[in-house]
Amino acid sequence: MSAFRTILFKDLRVELRTLQSLPAMALFAVTTFVIFRFGLDRTDLEGSLAAGVLLVTILFAALLAINRLFVAERDEGGFDAIRLAPIDPAQLFLAKVVALFIYLLALEVIALPVFAVFFGTEAAALPSVLAVLALVNLGLAATGVLVSTIGANSRARDLLTPLVLLPLIVPLMIAAAGAADPLLAAGGPSLSDAGKWMASLALYDLVFLLVGYAVYEFLLED
Amino acid sequence: MRRVSSPVIEARAVRRDFGDEPVLHGVSLALDEGQTLVVFGPNGAGKSTLLRMLATLLRPTAGRLTVFGADLPRQAFKARGRIGYLGHEPLLYRDLTLAEALRFHADLHQLAGADGRIDELLEAAGLERRRDQLVRTLSAGQLQRAAICRCVLHHPDLLLLDEPGSHLDPAGLKAIDPLIGPTRKTARVIVTHDVEGGLAAADRVLVLDAQGGVAYQGPAAGIGLEEARSAYAGTSR
Repeated sequence: MSAFRTILFKDLRVELRTLQSLPAMALFAVTTFVIFRFGLDRTDLEGSLAAGVLLVTILFAALLAINRLFVAERDEGGFDAIRLAPIDPAQLFLAKVVALFIYLLALEVIALPVFAVFFGTEAAALPSVLAVLALVNLGLAATGVLVSTIGANSRARDLLTPLVLLPLIVPLMIAAAGAADPLLAAGGPSLSDAGKWMASLALYDLVFLLVGYAVYEFLLED
Repeated sequence: MRRVSSPVIEARAVRRDFGDEPVLHGVSLALDEGQTLVVFGPNGAGKSTLLRMLATLLRPTAGRLTVFGADLPRQAFKARGRIGYLGHEPLLYRDLTLAEALRFHADLHQLAGADGRIDELLEAAGLERRRDQLVRTLSAGQLQRAAICRCVLHHPDLLLLDEPGSHLDPAGLKAIDPLIGPTRKTARVIVTHDVEGGLAAADRVLVLDAQGGVAYQGPAAGIGLEEARSAYAGTSR
């Protein structure tokens, strides 16, 4: 089995067994929707406001998983174990990116219908919103794994990860909001307006995946 | 006649600092295959730091260090996979079962016949009844034996063992002995506080003083038990 699959399956097995990240993320997202629902006192949201509520909720739920992503590697010697093996360290980067992507997708499968029920989103818009969120997930996963690795060995990791990560993902969030706004517009989704923003999201994802793949070995070194 | 080959480990004036503080300095040594180097020294002398450098997990601040001819840290990838490292942490994921955790390491090392090898090691270490138990539920002694299984799983040519007998009762010590004992091919570096047992196992001895300097380095025959004890206690030779 390749190192990529070995690490990925290990992460998924441990998450399924312990449920340390996903339930917390889902609970956070649903609770945040409840707060927005009553805080804004609105039964329907559309356009940029709907996109903002959805994306901010997903982003902060993702931070919960990103903070926990390397807990086992740090506390249980996983970094050492992986560095002792004759493997390309970038395999760890890719495995963690895919694991985080899967967690975020699972979160959205739960959170998106809840969002639609709370804020009156048309069912027809949901598949295209999920496509935007998939691109957001990839960018969040690539940057999240990089920053989480940097923070893993720092005593101030709980502060460091969000402080470094949030400025890095501002372009991702701008593009995501631009893509989601027309999809959540009143009167039904407009795919043509979302295209250029989705291309921007894909470019962001590609850049951070390539950067992560290229520099990851140096991040793991002493 | 002994075959001439390049040493498994070669260190020349190796130093390691943490910040501005040198924790280990002036280490020069060579170790051939089949030989055992035993490292003594008081707490904080840099024994574990030396082991982590040899395991490619820490880079030397100065000096030259090669393992299997690979210049560390630049060529660390050449030596990884041939090293079995037993440190203070077992390096086993606590939420996997013992068999799953060992299988994880076997897969990272692309070990052929992994299941058979895992069964063989668990039986040798007296852990066969624990194979489906979560690592987090093992006792300290069981965890140490499991860590030794992990360390030797991929048939390493160099064993780096930091206090291999810690947490082990006499039965546990007897069980692990065949797993980490001397062989004709495997070089070993053992850090221990057991001066008498260490000297008995050693071909070469390195004694570090409390400041991370070398108090003695040479053949085991060149240092007596009392000398080793006094060097260990901080009296420079």
